[in-house]
Amino acid sequence: MDRLKLVLQYFQSNSESISNGICIVLALISVKLYTSFDFNCPCIPQYNKLYALGVMFVPPLIFFFLGILVNRHTGVMMEEWLRPIGKRSKNPAIVKYMFSAMMQRALLAPMVWILVTLLDGKIFICAFSMSVDPKPFSGMPNNTGLDLLKLMAKVPCKEDMIFRNSTFRKAVSRYVRCYSQAIGWSILLFFILLGALGRLIKPCFDDHATNLQTRYWSNYLDIEQKLFDETCVLHCRDFARKCVVQFFEGMREDAVLRLPLSPEVRYRGEEDMVDEEEERLHGITKQEQMDQLLQTWFQCKPELDVTRMAYRPRVCVTWEDHSGQTLYSDV
Amino acid sequence: MDKFRMMFQFLQSNQESFMNGICGIMALASAQLYSAFEFSCPCIPEYNYAYGIGLLVIPPIWFFLLGFVLNNNVSMLAEEWKRPTGKRVKDPTILRYMFVSITQRSLIAPMVWISVTLMDGKSFLCAFSVNLDIRQFGNSTLIEGMTEVEIVKMLAKIPCKNIFDQPEVISREAASRYIKCISQAFGWVFLLLMTLAAFMIRAIRPCFTQAAFLKTKYWSHYVDIERKLFDETCKEHAKTFAKVCIQQYFESISGDMRSFHKHRSSKDDSDDDDDDKKKSDEDKLLGIRDQDDMNKVLWNWHTCKPPLALRKEQPDGESHEGLIPNGDVHGVSGGPNGYTNHHAPDLPKREWAVYYSKV
Repeated sequence: MDRLKLVLQYFQSNSESISNGICIVLALISVKLYTSFDFNCPCIPQYNKLYALGVMFVPPLIFFFLGILVNRHTGVMMEEWLRPIGKRSKNPAIVKYMFSAMMQRALLAPMVWILVTLLDGKIFICAFSMSVDPKPFSGMPNNTGLDLLKLMAKVPCKEDMIFRNSTFRKAVSRYVRCYSQAIGWSILLFFILLGALGRLIKPCFDDHATNLQTRYWSNYLDIEQKLFDETCVLHCRDFARKCVVQFFEGMREDAVLRLPLSPEVRYRGEEDMVDEEEERLHGITKQEQMDQLLQTWFQCKPELDVTRMAYRPRVCVTWEDHSGQTLYSDV
Repeated sequence: MDKFRMMFQFLQSNQESFMNGICGIMALASAQLYSAFEFSCPCIPEYNYAYGIGLLVIPPIWFFLLGFVLNNNVSMLAEEWKRPTGKRVKDPTILRYMFVSITQRSLIAPMVWISVTLMDGKSFLCAFSVNLDIRQFGNSTLIEGMTEVEIVKMLAKIPCKNIFDQPEVISREAASRYIKCISQAFGWVFLLLMTLAAFMIRAIRPCFTQAAFLKTKYWSHYVDIERKLFDETCKEHAKTFAKVCIQQYFESISGDMRSFHKHRSSKDDSDDDDDDKKKSDEDKLLGIRDQDDMNKVLWNWHTCKPPLALRKEQPDGESHEGLIPNGDVHGVSGGPNGYTNHHAPDLPKREWAVYYSKV
């Protein structure tokens, strides 16, 4: 239980690691789906190849689109790509970086499916058993009245009666599976080599400093989007609370007026709470203001400069004794 | 148990993730229901199609409606749709957004059911076995000798392994493999189309309406939160209202007794430390100290409930000197003196006001 909690906490700590986690989960789902899928070769010459290649390539396409969909960065990237320039200049390198990161993550689950398919071999047998030359294999049943193509097309189907207790079927299956696994392992090796080479050679070709900048700003955009959403939610809550309380007090107005009691009495004790809530509202108290805020957030993002907030002037105190010596100073 | 608690906490942290959680649970329930369901094709020409297609189509409709029922936001949508305009303008884009998001979530469980059914292939086999092209799978010489009706009856029995009795005419495995293969192809194509549709909606939408989308998302979330806060505020108000109402009811039943007790206790223990504790016990008793009084309280509570109108009174024993700038409160009684004197032997005159609750 603790381990699971630790793992979840680790993954939630960082937006990148959340995306990695989702990517791995999709890859695991892809493996699980393959093992639970009931592969059912039709064993008919016209349909074998179509079915087998369909099962090999359509699910990867589905996983690819799913991978793009569940990735949060897709939305961030699209927004950054499409926004008007406004006060913040656009850097195409950031969009490119985010796009390539998104593509890499989205391509993992499809690759896993294709590799598992090839290593398992059923699909290859279904698609290509008809292309095998039966001469090297002994024991071919020749009393079935079927032509060669139809016979070979039935090889993937174990339960078919013509192949009962036949070594021919097993031999052909093994041969095709061997091809399939060879192709699978070579593809895996190729991708690993590609990845390794890319890692080793890339630093020679690109500017590390620019890379750091791009990574920083793309991470910044992601965090900014998340914080904006969170701030909107908090603001929404306070706005709603104020609205409801105001509504209640509005209904109460009549009763208060009839009493000569000063309404200031009520607020005395809640001063602090009111201040904190008002601060969270940030002065946005009307629908038009909120609409304008949301419109401007998209149309004309503010410049990346928070110097004013960070270096607000502060009163510094210095205590001196009667002879002018400093006893204590804030400076 | 711990695992469930953690999961619930995580899901409830956020309204959206809570709805996603319900959506996921329904999808799992749908898959589980399919695997637990015992599919039994009737294997009779007239009923096969109805059974097969019925099983493909009716549970998804049921799951879709269940999704609407379980979603809290449906009543919120209806409320927002039906309310009079009043002081707040109605925005149709918000209604559309809410409706679309509810529908999207409700569509997931039906989709899961349809994909699992198509991938499994049994319902297709049951529905379409009679439409099989018999020349392709059967022994043509034996088929010539059979009538139309017999052929159809035989084809209808294909889905049922135990009933099928003519393996020499047609190969049952080959035929069922073929139909299953078509069913799986349909299943994958269906999944691909759904994924493409979702992709179009999620990934391409920002191209068109991003600013307006932010606005509608915020205001639909606002409507939801406002409703919840209003309910909470109403509950708190009702609690306080009820408390004060009952307190005043007890007091009204035993008005004289209470002031007598208070007068006595205040003379004896005014400077004691456990004055507070005695007072709180006294307060809790609200002046009801014997069986007859209590019986009267209980009887009247049913036969003659007090009106929903609270009296506003200054609490005895508390000083408001610091807060009230002048003695205006006692406009009726005249003069601040009756106020500052805690231990007046007679009841201080009270200011009356009527509070109307519109809850």
